[in-house]
Amino acid sequence: MIAYLIKRIAIGLVTLAVASAVVFCVLEIVPGDPALLMLGMNAEPEALAALRDEMGLNQPVLLRYVDWVSGMMVGDFGRSYTYSSPVIDLIAERVLVSLPLALMALFLSTAIALPVGIFSAARRGKAADTMVMGAAQVGVAIPNFWFALLLIYLFAVWLRLVPAGGFPGWGAGVWPAVKALIMPAVALALPQAAILARVTRSAMLEVLGEDYIRTARAKGMPRRIVLWHHALRNALIPVLTILGLQFAFLLAGTIIIENVFYLPGLGRLVFQAITQRDLIVVEGVMMLLVATVVLVNILVDIGYAIVDPRLRTRR
Amino acid sequence: MSLLSIENLSLDIGGTPILKDIDLQIAPGEVLGLVGESGSGKSMTALTVMQLLPEAARARGRVTFDGIDILAAPEDAMCRLRGDDLGMVFQEPMTALNPVKPIGEQVAEGIRWHTGVSRADAEARARAILDRVGLPEAKFPLSRYPHELSGGQRQRVVIAIACALKPKLLIADEPTTALDVVLQAQILDLLRDLVGENRMGLLLISHDLAVVAEMADRVTILRHGAVMESGPTGAVLSARRHPYTRQLAEASTHVPARPRDPSAKPSGPPLLEVRDLTRDYPGRRTGLFQHEKPFRAVDGVSFSLPAGHTAALVGRSGCGKSTLARMILALDRPTAGSVSLMGETLEGKSEAQLRGARRNMQVVFQDPYGSFNPRHRVERLVAEPLHLFDKRPDAGERRERVAQALDDVGLAAADMDKYPHEFSGGQRQRISIARAIITRPKLIVADEPVSALDVSIRAQILDLFADLNQRLGLTYLFITHDLTVARAITDEVMVMDEGRIVERGPTSDVLRHPTTPAAQALVGAAPDLEQALARRLSAERSGSPL
Repeated sequence: MIAYLIKRIAIGLVTLAVASAVVFCVLEIVPGDPALLMLGMNAEPEALAALRDEMGLNQPVLLRYVDWVSGMMVGDFGRSYTYSSPVIDLIAERVLVSLPLALMALFLSTAIALPVGIFSAARRGKAADTMVMGAAQVGVAIPNFWFALLLIYLFAVWLRLVPAGGFPGWGAGVWPAVKALIMPAVALALPQAAILARVTRSAMLEVLGEDYIRTARAKGMPRRIVLWHHALRNALIPVLTILGLQFAFLLAGTIIIENVFYLPGLGRLVFQAITQRDLIVVEGVMMLLVATVVLVNILVDIGYAIVDPRLRTRR
Repeated sequence: MSLLSIENLSLDIGGTPILKDIDLQIAPGEVLGLVGESGSGKSMTALTVMQLLPEAARARGRVTFDGIDILAAPEDAMCRLRGDDLGMVFQEPMTALNPVKPIGEQVAEGIRWHTGVSRADAEARARAILDRVGLPEAKFPLSRYPHELSGGQRQRVVIAIACALKPKLLIADEPTTALDVVLQAQILDLLRDLVGENRMGLLLISHDLAVVAEMADRVTILRHGAVMESGPTGAVLSARRHPYTRQLAEASTHVPARPRDPSAKPSGPPLLEVRDLTRDYPGRRTGLFQHEKPFRAVDGVSFSLPAGHTAALVGRSGCGKSTLARMILALDRPTAGSVSLMGETLEGKSEAQLRGARRNMQVVFQDPYGSFNPRHRVERLVAEPLHLFDKRPDAGERRERVAQALDDVGLAAADMDKYPHEFSGGQRQRISIARAIITRPKLIVADEPVSALDVSIRAQILDLFADLNQRLGLTYLFITHDLTVARAITDEVMVMDEGRIVERGPTSDVLRHPTTPAAQALVGAAPDLEQALARRLSAERSGSPL
């Protein structure tokens, strides 16, 4: 188990190192001079040169890469050109919105998908299964922004239960902040839940055909207990894989939902940074996401080992 | 009074009739052998008694177990019966246990469910039954997981689960088919003892007449879902009154005719020569940089095969025979030693350099279902090895060669345009033999080529092997744990144990007078139909149980 963990962590660190080089190189070769962009097209050549010098853009590429990486190690992600504030502060502020939102959505989608998937698998081919899976198909197909608009109309405009958008900040108290995140979380969670429910169902169906399920039934265990005690844990591996992928998406891929609900999240930060060629912000957010994905993958791997004893002793 | 009574049982699944008017009875303490080939409805009969049939199944007739009408019993009544008075053991021990739960929990679960005792008490009882089936605490604590056990050990766990609450009836569906003969003998002994201890009834389902003759007091023979014959084992299997019974019994002891003088010494240089062949597998990692010491699967094996010779490599599962075969076929690299085919050494050669050798040696695998791509036509499947020729045959020539190969194995040339699923198991094994002989090889390595086949089909395939040996002068290396195959078709036997060849000699000598412990264990454990029947008959005549 220890060897397994060490190996996973080592793979994670290598991934981070490779990703940092790729992120840096890609942003290095995209066209657009950030200094020129800051000063505008009509800038004086002298002023431009001075700014490039100040921003360190004239230094050799390798040196700038080393500076950038060593800065990140101590929490210094550089300064944003457009916001004129440290990137780390910008990110921290946005993470306080995006992370709770992602966690809420993930929790919701799991809480919906697992029971639905199991229910459907247990009633394979019956009317209830067909209906639930039909609904899941629709859930996968509907774009989440359309769904978000529907939610706004229903709960904010018509029932007036929650605000239609915006984020008051955690300073305004926990409940108002959470309240502002409920609808975006639901809008994000439903399509994810639809996918997860289908994965859960097919994983359960596969496991339910296994010989050991028949052994458990021959032991006298009723169908319901076999489903929860024997089948579910074996079906969790593919479910965990999808959950890991979904969390990474929920953290940064939410730009449309952030726009619909007018939330100051990571997605909008990175979108604005790209349009304004604020490369240092883009790099910082990218690295944060890569680190999150690596961390989530390690957690998923640990989850695998908890679920499946065979992985704990594997070479 | 009978414990289990099945009267006029008919079963259909989704409209397809599976069983027709089955009758059978089992008394307490009695062993009933249910014999039949695949598709005869043996397993479905068992699953009807357990009420674990597929959802589309409809059963009619009467099934009474211990006074309870099984077909009319509600599901929760069946849940109380299963695992308590009614236990079942399945064919495939490798997949019959839940991989994510420790064995103790899997045994104790049923005990707790049926008796409502505390976890500690259930575990104590699980411990006792595991000890009883031969898994002592010191080596097999309750916390072991299934993947840490071998096939035979797992089958013991499954038996422990089924027998934990001393069932009145145990149903064992091909319980030893997936095990080697030595393990088979141990498991059969265990089942026999459990029957004796508790006056348990045993419904033993098997395709193997020798196993049934050794175990069963009475036998019922099924074919196409109907009972052909039933009665006391010795009488039924030796009188062979019913034509199907006779066919089964003859097929299971069938020896193909090989009209060749076995004393004729083959001359010329050996076709295959294996010298000091060794294969190590790296040991398991125990720390970051530490490994257990390497596992030696094959240990300094040397032998040679003259052309036209037929040899068997026999041994228990895990003795290294398949690893040895893979190295002979140049599918695995030896750690040390050499293999040469027709004087040409194989190791250290690139794939391109091996093409000549690959033309001259081909392989036939055990499973005729798994070894074909289901989406290719037979023509393409059989023609596959033709890429080994330096000059590829054109389309017309290719069809001609495929037609010839199909003809050689007793199939029609027209079969080449069909897909594998259109053939039965025996026909598929013929196709895989056609694929092996299409390059006109000198050596065929056959890895358990008839183990997955029913007895009558198996007799035909053995005839085919013998015939091809005569007509094409093929040399065979049969890899098998089944001594009847070795006896039927080979000139010579090599017994393998823990990576070494421990005994070697003419087949009849080795099987009649094995000298090493490993060979003696194999021969002693192999069930023998004639001997078992002789014992049965004398017991039945004197009226005393065995």
